[in-house]
Amino acid sequence: MSARDDILGTIRRSLGVTGREATRTTVVDERLAKAAPGLVPQRGALAGEALLELFRTQAEATLATVDVVADAAAVPAAVATYLRGLNLPARLRMGDDPRLDAMPWAETALEVAHGRSDGDDLVAVAHAFGGVAETGTLVLVSGPDNPTTLNFLPDYAVAVVRESDLAGAYETVWERLRTAYGKGVMPRTVNWVTGPSRSGDIEQTILLGAHGPRSVHIVVVRG
Amino acid sequence: MTAHPTSPRFRENAHEALGDAQLQRALGNVRQGFIDKRAAVAAKLPEFEALRDSARDIKNHALEHLDLYLERYERKVTEAGGQVHWARTAEEARAAILGICRSVGAKTVTKGKSMISEEIALNAGLEAAGITPVETDLGEYIIQLRGEMPSHIIAPAVHLNATQVESDFRRVHTHLDPARDLSQPVQLLTEARRVLRERFLTADVGITGANFLIAETGTSVIVTNEGNGDLTQTLPKVHIVIASIEKIVPTLEDAAQLLRVLARSATGQEMSVYTTYSTGPRRPGDVDGPERYHVVILDNGRSSMLGTAFQEMLRCIRCGACMNHCPVYHAVGGHAYGWVYPGPMGAVLTPTLLGVDKAGHLPNASTFCGRCESVCPVRIPLPKLMRHWREREFERHLTPATVRSGLAFWGFFATRPRLYGLATRAAMATLGWLGRRKGRFGWLPLAGGWTQYRDFPAPEGGTFQAQWAKQRREQGR
Repeated sequence: MSARDDILGTIRRSLGVTGREATRTTVVDERLAKAAPGLVPQRGALAGEALLELFRTQAEATLATVDVVADAAAVPAAVATYLRGLNLPARLRMGDDPRLDAMPWAETALEVAHGRSDGDDLVAVAHAFGGVAETGTLVLVSGPDNPTTLNFLPDYAVAVVRESDLAGAYETVWERLRTAYGKGVMPRTVNWVTGPSRSGDIEQTILLGAHGPRSVHIVVVRG
Repeated sequence: MTAHPTSPRFRENAHEALGDAQLQRALGNVRQGFIDKRAAVAAKLPEFEALRDSARDIKNHALEHLDLYLERYERKVTEAGGQVHWARTAEEARAAILGICRSVGAKTVTKGKSMISEEIALNAGLEAAGITPVETDLGEYIIQLRGEMPSHIIAPAVHLNATQVESDFRRVHTHLDPARDLSQPVQLLTEARRVLRERFLTADVGITGANFLIAETGTSVIVTNEGNGDLTQTLPKVHIVIASIEKIVPTLEDAAQLLRVLARSATGQEMSVYTTYSTGPRRPGDVDGPERYHVVILDNGRSSMLGTAFQEMLRCIRCGACMNHCPVYHAVGGHAYGWVYPGPMGAVLTPTLLGVDKAGHLPNASTFCGRCESVCPVRIPLPKLMRHWREREFERHLTPATVRSGLAFWGFFATRPRLYGLATRAAMATLGWLGRRKGRFGWLPLAGGWTQYRDFPAPEGGTFQAQWAKQRREQGR
């Protein structure tokens, strides 16, 4: 008997079922089809300025930094200012996201490279799919638009997120993702990022910059 | 074969641990850190207790329908271009992983943190086949350098102090300047980052565990703070996920419920830094990510726990809260438990995986204070399950003769309440009279285990039962 059949067989014997009971199958298939939200904390049940404020407070509590700009056209200048403030070189890498491409990077002194990272980049910019205010979490999806390596290899990660893509709770983002990709379908990778990389493995002291970015800077675009 | 257990010599292990000054200093960090952080973050979320109920119910539902969810999960992984391998035992799991590694001619494998990998002794298996495994979680990396097992399921190097890590780095990183300064923890972290970055970029295969497997989408989920799991699975050509059968949850929404209690219970964070959902290999147009995606699903005795009292243990989401709050763990640390899983969850799980004959000491190493159950995010009745093991140990005559005869002696009186009351009253009165001058005993027959370390107080007044009866009579009046 194959390992698969053996394992499923033992599970069924232990549970006292055959695997063919219509009631069980219905319960499972309905649960998967409905994907009903469970208990969603009240904390995120906000809108407008209050939602943005919660997102900012929660993100800053994880030691991310947050900037809010008036529109997409203001992003490159805001990123340039951020890098200057940290005395970093005016160089960055990003994917082929059309929302980023449409921004006036040429109006700044920033030198912009495109594509995945091979580990030689100090700064990367990604466009987030959304943000979750309850914990200040960014939601990023993989693809040529925003390669996953950009979220982890550079020392400084900058993420752009539209204010209209901020949600109170994770469940709202899952619903949006289903609308975008189809029910039961996921992008190859979905990254929830909540602050900069850290480790507490040496004497339980939290230190930033373990393997991923030492710094996470979020630029929220109004509207 | 699994990792070699020293659980049968728990008593000796514990004794050594109590006398280990380095260990005792490091354990102070557990007592101070985890408990306060968890309490603070739980207090900030009014729904936390209700979310624990929700988490328990989701896991119960998934376990009751585990066969069906596993089938649906497998179908979804396949649809996304991934491949599922089933392993009944540790041997089969190692063979499946070795097969994949050999098929791509792998020489170096980077690894994210995985307790299942420890359970199946994967590193030893890879090394025997000439493949170099590199642990990339900072704590796991440190203990790999030392040839140790993790002493905690989420903080594997919690038993060490910074000076010990420094000397390990100097011993192993011989290509670096011997005069470099490593006196600060941040310098140790920076050095590990630099050394491991090279490993990430050159590895042939990346192996991670999974905190959850989502049936709805065929997705594996990892939760880390360092980002090592992501570099492990994103950079090499092949990503292998190793996970046990009970990691299944139905939907993305169910995963979100569990994630709301996981980090809060584990590290006292509202959310871990990186929660990563992986579904299949690289898609058309992708410029990074693995070209192949494999999931090895391990049973290793878990399917037989279903339908028994120990089914509840399969709800465990490996947060470590039980050991963080355990007075026995605080005293002896994780290595004393002698295998992969320490603390209260280990005291219940290890006997099921290794046998109660080898791990019977573990469920006995409990004060039954109940703190583990009171903080468990999925409400596993850990003391009750440890009691089950004690009963089974007794039934199988594995308990030492002195304990058995002591229990038989006590049992004789306990099943005869009148005689019990009479005997205890007589015994306490005698002890009280004998100790009336000093009020305590420095030595007592049959109580040497107690009086060797502390005095035994002389009883005063009536027995508890006598006082209780008296109080009831007075209230009734």
